Amino acid sequence: MNPVEDKILLSHGNGGRMMHNLIENLFLKYFANPILNEQTDAAILPANTADIAFTTDSFVIDPLFFPGGNIGKLAVCGTVNDLAVSGADPLYLSVSFIIEEGFSMKELELIVSSLADEARNARVTIVTGDTKVVNKGKCDKLFINTAGIGSVRKENRFVSKARDIKPGDIILINGAIGDHGMAVMSARESFNFKSPVISDCASLNHLIREILDQTVSVKFMRDPTRGGVATVLNELTGKTGFGIEIDESALPISRGVAAMCEILGFDPLHIANEGKVIIVAGHEEADKILTVMKKNILGGKSAIIGRVTGDHPGKVALKTETGGRRIIDTLTGDPLPRIC
Amino acid sequence: MQYLTEFRNKDIILALSEEVKRISTKEITLMEVCGGHTMAIHRFGIHSLLPPTIRLISGPGCPVCVSSQHFLDAAIAYSKIPGVVITTYGDLIRVPGSVSSLEKENAAGRDIRIIYSPLEALEIAGKNPEKQVIFPGIGFETTAPATAATIVEAKKAKLQNFFVLSAHKVMPPVMKALVNEGVKIDGFIAPGHVSAITGTAIYNDLADVFKLGVVVTGFEPVDLMQAILMLVRQFESGLPKVEIQYQRVVQSEGNKIAQGFLSQVFELKDDRWRGLGIIPKSGLKIRNEFSFFDAEKNFNVTVPEPADPKGCICGSILRGLKTPNDCSLFAKVCTPSFPVGACMVSGEGNCAAFYKYRL
Repeated sequence: MNPVEDKILLSHGNGGRMMHNLIENLFLKYFANPILNEQTDAAILPANTADIAFTTDSFVIDPLFFPGGNIGKLAVCGTVNDLAVSGADPLYLSVSFIIEEGFSMKELELIVSSLADEARNARVTIVTGDTKVVNKGKCDKLFINTAGIGSVRKENRFVSKARDIKPGDIILINGAIGDHGMAVMSARESFNFKSPVISDCASLNHLIREILDQTVSVKFMRDPTRGGVATVLNELTGKTGFGIEIDESALPISRGVAAMCEILGFDPLHIANEGKVIIVAGHEEADKILTVMKKNILGGKSAIIGRVTGDHPGKVALKTETGGRRIIDTLTGDPLPRIC
Repeated sequence: MQYLTEFRNKDIILALSEEVKRISTKEITLMEVCGGHTMAIHRFGIHSLLPPTIRLISGPGCPVCVSSQHFLDAAIAYSKIPGVVITTYGDLIRVPGSVSSLEKENAAGRDIRIIYSPLEALEIAGKNPEKQVIFPGIGFETTAPATAATIVEAKKAKLQNFFVLSAHKVMPPVMKALVNEGVKIDGFIAPGHVSAITGTAIYNDLADVFKLGVVVTGFEPVDLMQAILMLVRQFESGLPKVEIQYQRVVQSEGNKIAQGFLSQVFELKDDRWRGLGIIPKSGLKIRNEFSFFDAEKNFNVTVPEPADPKGCICGSILRGLKTPNDCSLFAKVCTPSFPVGACMVSGEGNCAAFYKYRL
């Protein structure tokens, strides 16, 4: 790369030589593969007879870098996880960048390289993309959109559709909740206290593949991102009409997240995760699934956190550590820090 | 001791619950004054641990709820002045004023920033000398000293562009006003963080003159259950007094340094409480020596006195006379997404707590 180009200029997005250089010298350097190298307007993908899962997600996170990751890694994990929880094996990604004029080339490279690392990690191929540079002030540093395609095996077509859910089914999660949201919050400039919390940002497709390969009773999977675990559980009660009971003492929460939530007045159940999956399965296989999850590096702290119930239809209840019971509601708007 | 789990110990809570059930013979109504307590009581399911003799009612201790709509309309009006930055606690962002909210004004392009401490507002003022930075101060004796200390700092730093719009209030006058109004209360669960600043003498009248028990309490379930036990004991023995349950934080004389800041910067004024009207000497206004930092004295902003929203019974709820279920708007027209009254919009509001946690 030309050393004088240490900042993104509007001409990096104009379709001309500068943009060509950016693609050749940065994006292809990290993303190169036979399909992408063709540089056609649309990628031509070898087809098979399986069903196809297709999703897209845009990433506008502030700050771009946070403990445990950055917007690049997140852009892969987010889309890969959306495919994986749908029962698909993620295969191909598109990556589109909207870059603010003046953005640091060095930071862009850091982001692009970790995006490529995470794609390798998840074993997905980046096959197409787009770059736009906008005038200063027209976007906040860098936005990324990724779209993803995955293939769905016949036997996994319904694993996320919440079919056949019934009272007695078990709810599992693959580890501690709230880490991503709190890590991002603590990385914000205006935040004056340091915390040891690290984002859980990770691609879950390998973990989910292992579960689906070894068991047959998964009835629902969802990654509890924005809105947290509470939002996913409430969607599920809405969908099934049954109630859900969560056992507070079984919920894995790190000390750092618990402490930050206490200080800021947040409920960890409302905080975003980027490397967690909630699974609903028949109770007969619960222990088996838990064993599979615990063996995976992303599931060491997996736990059975609750169950589907015929009581309080349509509502999610929390059995508190203190022996009381309360409702877990969907979050309204972003969580805001409170004063007392 | 790491303070995250010990005060949520199930065995201790259940033992306290058993003891309360054992000794409680007479019907008793206890008011938890503080919004933080209301939230904790719902969040930890305390109601389900009490015998039917005990009734808990929620008081007027949620700073957002009791801040008048007029104050909010004013904060919104200030945000519209060119060059003004509003720096605010997150609590105020979504509270509806008469026609708008700070959140909506932010979307409309006003410069509104969420801060965690008023000292951040000073920093913003220092870095942006061309802007006028206004901090709408809300809260009781708990948050007011931080505002006061910030004003003192601003004076030291000779800042020309930092201002406070004070809606700070003090706790005891409203508690006495409720008792004087005839609201049935047999004892108060008093906010621990207020007494961490003020000490406990502020409640002596309530015990000596009004013969009501007051127990200063923390915010964990063990704290609350123990405070309830202490109040029931007092009530059953007929010996009301002021006691501190929250001994790991509160000392009877309070925090002298914080008290010093409060009296240096603020003086008492008659103040308007949402739903409760004007209560004598219940609010804090900035003393003349610091008027340079008083937003009201440095900007020419007047907003009309708004009418309370139709059908909303926040006033009765803040008095502990009614519960959210008595309100025809509750959970139908008035929800956390579309709050009508302040008790719903604040995370500490009684209606929000009911909506959020009641099974």
